Amino acid sequence: MSKNNSLLQIREVSKIFSRGTVDEVIALDNVSLDVNTEDFITVIGSNGAGKTTLLNIVAGVYPPERGGKVIINGNDITNIGEYKHARYAGRVYQDPRTGTAAKMTVEENLAMAIMRGKPRGLRAATSKQRRELSRSVLAPLGLGLENRLNTLVGTLSGGQRQALALVMATMSKPAILLLDEHIATLDPKTAQIVLELSETIVAQEKMTTLMVTHNMELALRYGNRLIMMHEGRIVVDMNQEQKADLTVNDLVIAFERASGRKFADDSILLHHN
Amino acid sequence: MDFFTSLMSTSVYEGLVYGFVAIGVYFTFRVLSFPDLTVDGSFPLGGAVAAVLIINGSDPWLATLAALAVGICAGLGTSLLNTKLRINALLAGILMMVALYSINLMIMGRSLIPLLREVTIFDQVAQVLGMRADINLSIIVTVVLSVIVLFVLNWFLHTEIGLALRATGDNEQMVRGLGVNTDMTTILGVSLSNGLVSLSGALVAQNQGFSDVGMGIGMIVMGLASVIIGEGIFRPRKITTILLAVVGGTFAYRLFVGIALRLGLPPTNLKLITAVLVIIALAIPYIQKKLRHEWVPPAVRM
Repeated sequence: MSKNNSLLQIREVSKIFSRGTVDEVIALDNVSLDVNTEDFITVIGSNGAGKTTLLNIVAGVYPPERGGKVIINGNDITNIGEYKHARYAGRVYQDPRTGTAAKMTVEENLAMAIMRGKPRGLRAATSKQRRELSRSVLAPLGLGLENRLNTLVGTLSGGQRQALALVMATMSKPAILLLDEHIATLDPKTAQIVLELSETIVAQEKMTTLMVTHNMELALRYGNRLIMMHEGRIVVDMNQEQKADLTVNDLVIAFERASGRKFADDSILLHHN
Repeated sequence: MDFFTSLMSTSVYEGLVYGFVAIGVYFTFRVLSFPDLTVDGSFPLGGAVAAVLIINGSDPWLATLAALAVGICAGLGTSLLNTKLRINALLAGILMMVALYSINLMIMGRSLIPLLREVTIFDQVAQVLGMRADINLSIIVTVVLSVIVLFVLNWFLHTEIGLALRATGDNEQMVRGLGVNTDMTTILGVSLSNGLVSLSGALVAQNQGFSDVGMGIGMIVMGLASVIIGEGIFRPRKITTILLAVVGGTFAYRLFVGIALRLGLPPTNLKLITAVLVIIALAIPYIQKKLRHEWVPPAVRM
């Protein structure tokens, strides 16, 4: 592979679960992907296509099989351990409960995010300066959270928690933002609000973003690039111009052509109305 | 001394000295969500180390500090079993507790070491203050030590590392995702907890005048009872008030025990009563939910 200037380089990454048993699953099959700075890539695919596994590899939850490489900003982060990935990748999970700590206050959650990837010492975790920073990142959400810094996060609604998780994932400006079906469990109205917040934050902070979604329409509407995964491989990779005039039907046809089989995931089609 | 004063002062002393155990249990069970049973072994470990050092002529303060350090090592052992060898937290604690039983006997060389003729930290303070080594003195010593320990813990839990430690028990996945090595915070928390428990063992042994290899039996349940009572009575929300509530809970628990014993309860029944108390406290939330026809997830086994 020649040298290039991509922000994130995924090189020949495979992931096999339950290797050597009857349950063996090839979740990722020799995937390579270059993500350029300020790319906003939407990732779609049916269940088991490998979307979340791909995010988990980038976030360092587990390493890829031997031979695979993950390089970000020129640093090889393939095997450095999950917690060291934090300075490179911020993540919003599907479940709002995963991205926030329920028994801690809004302020304490944000204090954890302010220290993302930095060495933690014996200074006070919260300070006037950090409180002001917290207020300034919460205010634009328009949810009034900036006045509820002492509220326990467990008492917030799912939408509020996901908005907070989004702020926590982005406020310390990691190199890449991973959105893992982050609106899938929210009601339609809240989902719309969180989605718009995501778009605003990504645009303002110029975040390089990978957004996994089950919703083809969203995948077409958002971002400047779209990849579709199938059985652990990337089968479609479209840039802004290619996806500009596409409909969901075109996407289904593209999928069938690329994967060589009939499209049969109702869960994706049902989202199209 | 009349009945009431004696009951109260005994409860205050015991509430403070066993308050260290309760804070240790609070640290593992509540802050880290790490049900650590090492406590039953690290309490007599503290007593054993302090007693052996004192009868061999060591300074009692040094012996007490040594007990704290050895307790930290016991917690280190348990947390390493869990984080580095991936042994279930409950099992790691039980393994360490069983191992400590033999280790404590090895350290002591017999099952009981009397300290009545030795100079303890209580005797030293009594000499400095020109008092008799009675219950009032025990209270003074434990009040001062508790204030120091609570002050340090309260400060620590508000630091960046302390916040990371609290967050680890709340949402480990999130905490790792924000760049915290959760193995390290777990090791730190469990070690600190057992250090406090061991310190308590060293103080109790010196105060009661002997170290007994069996003095840790049921310590975990007692600590848990104190935490639950403290939370129930004071309903604390912030760290500072939680720490005070746990000590308050230990006092209340000791007061109940004191009253029960004075009313004629055989001391041998004490652990049974404590266990029943904890069972009731743990079952109440489930029964309340059942009565409201709420769904409750099945019990966790591993």
